[in-house]
Amino acid sequence: MAVITIREALNQAMREEMRRDEGVFLMGEEVAAYQGAYKVSKGLLEEFGDKRVVDSPITELGFAGLGVGAAMVGLRPIIEFMTFNFSILATDQIINSAAKMRYMSGGQFKIPIVFRGPNGSAFQVSSQHSQALESWYAHFPGLKVVMPSTPADAKGLLKSAIRDDDPVVFLEQERMYGNKGEVPDGEDFLVPLGVADVKREGTDCTVVARSMTVPLALKAAEELEKQGVSVEVVDPRTIRPLDIETIVNSVKKTNRLVIAEESHAFCGVGAEISAQVMEHAFDYLDAPVKRLSGADAPMPYAKNLERLALPDVERIVKAVREVSYLD
Amino acid sequence: MSELKVTPMRPRTESEGASAGAGVAEERDARDRIDPAELREEHEQRHQEQLKQIGGVDRDTLLKMLYQMVLIRRFEEKSAESYTLGKIGGFCHLYIGQEAVAVGCLSALRPDDYVFTSYRDHGHALVMGTSPDEVMAELFGKIGGCSKGKGGSMHLFDADKHFLGGHGIVGGQIPLATGTAYATKYKGTDQATLVFFGEAAVNQGAFHESLNMAQLWKLPCIYICENNQYGMGTSLKRAMSISDVSQKAVGYGMASEFVDGMDVLAVRAATERALERARKEYLPSLLEIRTYRFMGHSMSDPGHYRTRAEIEKYQERDPVKVFGDNLREKGVLDDAGLKEIEERVRAEVEHSVKFADESPEPAPEELFTDIYANPIKPGR
Repeated sequence: MAVITIREALNQAMREEMRRDEGVFLMGEEVAAYQGAYKVSKGLLEEFGDKRVVDSPITELGFAGLGVGAAMVGLRPIIEFMTFNFSILATDQIINSAAKMRYMSGGQFKIPIVFRGPNGSAFQVSSQHSQALESWYAHFPGLKVVMPSTPADAKGLLKSAIRDDDPVVFLEQERMYGNKGEVPDGEDFLVPLGVADVKREGTDCTVVARSMTVPLALKAAEELEKQGVSVEVVDPRTIRPLDIETIVNSVKKTNRLVIAEESHAFCGVGAEISAQVMEHAFDYLDAPVKRLSGADAPMPYAKNLERLALPDVERIVKAVREVSYLD
Repeated sequence: MSELKVTPMRPRTESEGASAGAGVAEERDARDRIDPAELREEHEQRHQEQLKQIGGVDRDTLLKMLYQMVLIRRFEEKSAESYTLGKIGGFCHLYIGQEAVAVGCLSALRPDDYVFTSYRDHGHALVMGTSPDEVMAELFGKIGGCSKGKGGSMHLFDADKHFLGGHGIVGGQIPLATGTAYATKYKGTDQATLVFFGEAAVNQGAFHESLNMAQLWKLPCIYICENNQYGMGTSLKRAMSISDVSQKAVGYGMASEFVDGMDVLAVRAATERALERARKEYLPSLLEIRTYRFMGHSMSDPGHYRTRAEIEKYQERDPVKVFGDNLREKGVLDDAGLKEIEERVRAEVEHSVKFADESPEPAPEELFTDIYANPIKPGR
C-alpha cells in the first residue's frame, strides 16, 4: 500500500476511471490548463486532452446543466465546482434537473453524473467561501451524497461514484487535500457507497464524525483513552443513503452519542442522525445525544473567531465527557 | 437570413419599448389600436409567401404537417375540456395558437436528433411521436402515461423518440440541451439538439450561459425561442430591455433568425437552415419564432392583460386554418381530404380519452420507484 494525499487519491480515481471508460469527462473552472485550483486534476489534460478535460467559463448553472444533459444521453460527466460555495448558483440544475429527471420521466433516464469539489471551511476565507452544504443536498431524494475523510475512502468512493448510475454529490474538504494515508494498490479498489466505516472501536461513547471532523474525533479519542474513556468513531462516509444501522449498532454498544460536524446544527445532518438514533435506539441511550456543530453564525474572517466557529479536539473531548457524566 | 426579418411584425426595438410604471397601460392601449387596412395588407403578404413555399415541399409532408397541427389543436381542446371536468389536475399549459412552431421545427428533424422543451409541451410530445393515448393518460395521472403518471402535463418524456422532456423551471432545459449537443459532438455524430423555450426564459441566466458555451465550443444546438409575447401575464415589452430576442445572439457571435411563427413552412425552412449549420459545422443557432397563444398562460389564467382586439388580430392568422386554406387553394387538399384529417384526429383524440380513463392509477408502490437507477440499501 502506498501512502498518498487525498489530493493524489482523487486524482488517481479520476485518471483510472477516465482510462476505463471513454464516456467519463471532467469539466469545471481551471481544471485543465491550470491543473485545478487545488491541483486535484493535475496531469489529466496532458493525458486525456481538451475534449475530456474541459476548462469552463465561470458559469456554474450553465456547466452543471450541461453535464446533466450529457448524462441523459449516455456520458458520465464529472463536474468540478472550484468550491461548493459556488454550487449554490447551480442548485437549480442539481436539484430540479439531476435529482428529479429519473422520477418525473417515470424511470426513462439515468443520470450518471458526479458533482465534486471542496466543501466546508478553508483558512480565513470568510463567510461566502466557508460553507458546509451537505444537509442541503442530502435533503433531496434522487441525489447521493458522499463525504470522504481519508485518502483510501476518497479514492475508493470517488471511483464508485463515477461508476454509479445516479447523480452523486461528492464533497471533499479544502483543509484536507494534503492529508496523507495508506491507499490499497490496484485499479479495482473500490469503497461502496452507503456503507459507514468504524474508524476506531471503543466501548464507552460513540462519536459520529464526517469529513473534517473525523481526524479531530480520532485525536480526541486518543486523548480520552488516556483519561480512561473508550471512544468509538463512526464515519458514515455516505450521507445519503445513510448507513444508520452501523451508527445504531454502535450506540447500542456504547449507549452514548456525540455528533461532530462543521456544518450548522439547525436542520443539519447531525439533527437527522440524532432523530434516527432516537427512533431506533431510544432505550439504549444513557444520556441525551450531544451535537457539536459549526457555530450558528456565518463564518468570520478573524482567525480567533474562525477557530471558535468550528469544532476542535478539545471540544469533542469535552462533549464526550459531558455525555459520560464525567465532569 | 430569412426575408421575414423586415416584415411589419418584427418586434420593436428598445427605443420603442414601454416605460415602467403607470404609463404602461396607456402605451399598451395605443399599441393595440389596429388599422384594418394595414392588417389586410399584412395578411395578404403572408398568404402569398406561404403559397410560394407550398410548392417546395412534397405533398405527403405537407399533409402530415397539417394532420399534426390539427391533432394538437383538437387534443388541446379536449385537454381544456377534461381539465374543466376535473380529470386533469395541477398546471395545464395549452399550445393552441402555437402549433406551427412545434410542427414546423420538428418536421425538419431526423429521428436521431434530440428535443427538449418547457412545460408547454403537449404539442411537442405529439409531434415527436408519443401517442395521444400516452400523453392524455399522463395528463390524467395514470400509469399508462408516457411518464407513468409521475410527471404530469409539464413533464412529458419519451426516451425512445428522443424527446427529452418538458421541464418546469423557466429556462432550465436550455443548459440540458447544450449538454446533449456537447455529448453528440463528443461522440462524433452529426445529430442536432433542438430546445424550445418561451421569450420569458431569455431573461434567465441559463439562456445566456448556454449560448455563450454553445458558440464558444461550437455545439450543434438550436435554440428556439417561441415568442408568444407574454411571460404569464407580463408582456415582453414590460420585461425585456431589448425586446428583439433574435438580437441576443449577436452578443455571442451566434447566427440567428426572426421567423413568423404563424407560418409553418417559414418555421420549417428556418429550422432546415439552422440544422445545416449544426450538422455541417457544429454551429449553434438562435431562432426567434414569433407566435401567439390563443388561450391563457394556463387553464387558471383569466387573461385580463390582453385586449380582445389583440387576440382577434392573431386569430385571423390562425396557423392551422391558414395552412389548411392555403393547401386547398394550391390544390394539395380538397374539402374531402380536410374532412378526412378532422375525422381521423377526432377518432384519435376520443380514443386517447377512453384510454386515459381506463388506464389504472399508478400502484401505491410506484411512489418509491424510479428515484434511483441504482438504489442502494445502506450498510454491508
